[in-house]
Amino acid sequence: MSAVGKLEQAGHRVGETLEDVVDEAHAQAEHAETSTGLDHRKLVMWIFIASETIFFAALMATYLVYRGHTPHEEGLGHLSVPVASFNTFILLASSLTMVLSLQAIEAGKRGRMIVLLILTALFGLAFLGGQAFEYNELLKEGISIDTNLFGATFFTLTGFHGTHVAVGILWITMLIIRALRGGITEHNHLAVELGGLYWHFVDLVWVVLFTIIYLI
Amino acid sequence: MATNVMTLPRTAEPTGLWSWITTVDHKRLGIMYLVTAVAFFVIGGIEALLIRTQLATPNGTVLNPDVYNQIFTMHGTTMVFLAVMPLNSGFGNYIVPLMIGARDMAFPRLNAFGYWLYLVGGLLLYSSFFLGGAPNAGWFGYAPLTERAFNLGHGIDFWVLSLQLLGISSLAGGLNFIVTILNMRAPGLTINRLPLFVWGTLVTSLLIIFAIPSITVALILLLFDRYFGTMFYLPAAQGDPLLWQHLFWFFGHPEVYIMIMPAFGIISEVLATYSRKPIFGYAAMAFAFAGISFVSFTVWAHHMFATGISPVADVVFAGTSFLVAVPTGIKIFNWLGTIWKGSIHITTAFLFAAGFIGQFTIGGLGGVMLATVPVDWQITDTYFVVGHFHYTLFAGAVLGLFAGLYHWFPKMTGRFLNERLGQAHFWLTMVGMTMVFLTMHYVGVLGMPRRIYTYAAGQGWDLWNLLETVGAFTVALGVFIMLINIITALRKPKTAENDPWDGQTLEWATSSPPPAYNFATMIPVNSPRPLWDAKYGAHSENVEQPKKIDLSGGGKAHIHLPNPSIWPLLLSLALAVFAVGVIFGPQTGWIVAPIGVLGIFVTFIGWLAQPASS
Repeated sequence: MSAVGKLEQAGHRVGETLEDVVDEAHAQAEHAETSTGLDHRKLVMWIFIASETIFFAALMATYLVYRGHTPHEEGLGHLSVPVASFNTFILLASSLTMVLSLQAIEAGKRGRMIVLLILTALFGLAFLGGQAFEYNELLKEGISIDTNLFGATFFTLTGFHGTHVAVGILWITMLIIRALRGGITEHNHLAVELGGLYWHFVDLVWVVLFTIIYLI
Repeated sequence: MATNVMTLPRTAEPTGLWSWITTVDHKRLGIMYLVTAVAFFVIGGIEALLIRTQLATPNGTVLNPDVYNQIFTMHGTTMVFLAVMPLNSGFGNYIVPLMIGARDMAFPRLNAFGYWLYLVGGLLLYSSFFLGGAPNAGWFGYAPLTERAFNLGHGIDFWVLSLQLLGISSLAGGLNFIVTILNMRAPGLTINRLPLFVWGTLVTSLLIIFAIPSITVALILLLFDRYFGTMFYLPAAQGDPLLWQHLFWFFGHPEVYIMIMPAFGIISEVLATYSRKPIFGYAAMAFAFAGISFVSFTVWAHHMFATGISPVADVVFAGTSFLVAVPTGIKIFNWLGTIWKGSIHITTAFLFAAGFIGQFTIGGLGGVMLATVPVDWQITDTYFVVGHFHYTLFAGAVLGLFAGLYHWFPKMTGRFLNERLGQAHFWLTMVGMTMVFLTMHYVGVLGMPRRIYTYAAGQGWDLWNLLETVGAFTVALGVFIMLINIITALRKPKTAENDPWDGQTLEWATSSPPPAYNFATMIPVNSPRPLWDAKYGAHSENVEQPKKIDLSGGGKAHIHLPNPSIWPLLLSLALAVFAVGVIFGPQTGWIVAPIGVLGIFVTFIGWLAQPASS
């Protein structure tokens, strides 16, 4: 059996029940109109993201407050702007593929959507790889989370962002499994939209992090 | 309506322990919240009595300093996170879907998850007593006192991890309430017709969404300081303890309103019902809710006047703090306007609401005094502050919750609480709380510092402290009578009708207690008090009286009720395993925490794979 076939079979097993959930939720959504016209899940996603902005705002504020406390050569001077720029490019590209995957399923092109979702997840992994490289370089140069305030704020802030990227990759992986099983269709693709909302938010956070850590 | 009830499928409520463990019914979860929170309220109250016993006389020896610190920390943490917030969640869970004519919350399993995580978080916090000592740095946990170097043992770790779990629980509840209120309103129930308790719950949920992440970050940084050798709050390594205070109070001040705004809502419902009038100035009340919420995010540094932040900051934060008095004053006047010329029906619920207005106003006035910077410098860290915030949280939140208890008990149980016992509870509470908390203001002005475990005789504090202790036991006697009242009421037959108080809002339009599906038919909603309109005719200008709306799909179609689920409990337990794994990380070689993460992942997948309804 080909690798794709195995993957499809594995996806089948996990996806079976997932699909039921989706169909059921879909049926319900059609059944009961909501007062605002927005699906419950979409509304809750937006509110959750609003909450997350405060989470990152508090971490960023901490970073900015302590920014001047560590001498340049013991902190910021060790960062590589080219590496981070490349990482930023990768993550922005992943947002593009995410948008295109939603567009693909809206046009009924399931295969195209799956390929684009896989690309998105791979871009996400590449970003994490770049981050791992960056962390490793810093550790080699003797800067870790307990070295000084730069290390503490840098690793905490980027670490929580990286964790969000990792969660996003898991999320997209589950979307891919569900899609392989046929659980995402032209008329039932809210799941992709929700995953996309989260993914774009995490990207947007990185744009701000990149600005405040590497550019200013 | 009764005939409709008979024809609906799945009317029989499942019974037995398992049905409660797996329930996703908002009414059952509401009751579970309330029962658990009352238990924690009693525990927190016992801690308060221990504190008052220790301080009753100079040179008290009931508690040693170490235990005293643990007890006052646990008293504060318990009352805030384990008693008042979940009591609000309990009433909100039970009443809000009924008030907006919904069948359940928007996310029933998320609702169950919120409850179980609350229970697990509370038990985790209290297990610290048996696992090396409870947290002992105050409910505000000021750094650097909470740092490893100054606080050995695991008390603070239990505190940090429990608060994180409770924060997730609150977020889950907050998200659910917002979506439920925005999305599941009965036809005609526009935002500007929401009952004020629903308004209170909505703005409270918004505050939760925006305030909790700040303490989440504050606690994460503290955790990293304690475990990974960062130095966020350590001045010796250029860290700044004030960062903790900023992050904590950015959460902590909105938290005050998170505790009190549902009570504002309850008071509004109770006063309108027993005055047999619409709420006075409905729109102003709703705007005041929004105004208080907004301003509450701009005042946090008034907790930090004495820390040496700049004079400009002092003035700005004093100004914003004074602003709070405007929407709050609007509320006080509108409550008075609601009673004015009403045909008042004096019940225990009404008494508590009326008592609330008077007592809470004193709390508000104390707040204006404390917001005045020079006054604050003089009396900060004295018992004046303790008296003030108890006048807002006890006279505010707790009196409101007592009113809600007497008001909604018949709806929840089908039985009445005894009015005579209720009034005994009311008068003991009024007299007792004045003796404790008003006296605290005075003894604070006399210079008695807060957080001290004992004091020397002859400083003019002795009589007042004894008086406070007598008052505390008076309040406790009232609570004891309340518990007796509840227990005896539950043994009596169900005599409450749908609408025993001649109510105005939709929760009184169904049976007491309501069936699992809440409503089979819905009355038209043309104002904030649809039931009143249905009974006595709408006085509003846009009178339109369409037929009752049948929600049962002609009595043939199934009502979709959400499936029971065990996954919310299992996910909560997995989170607890993770928390314990972090607390004892170094001792267990960090083995347990990854197991917890795995558990979280597995239970989450299990949750997703289970159909939400059938």
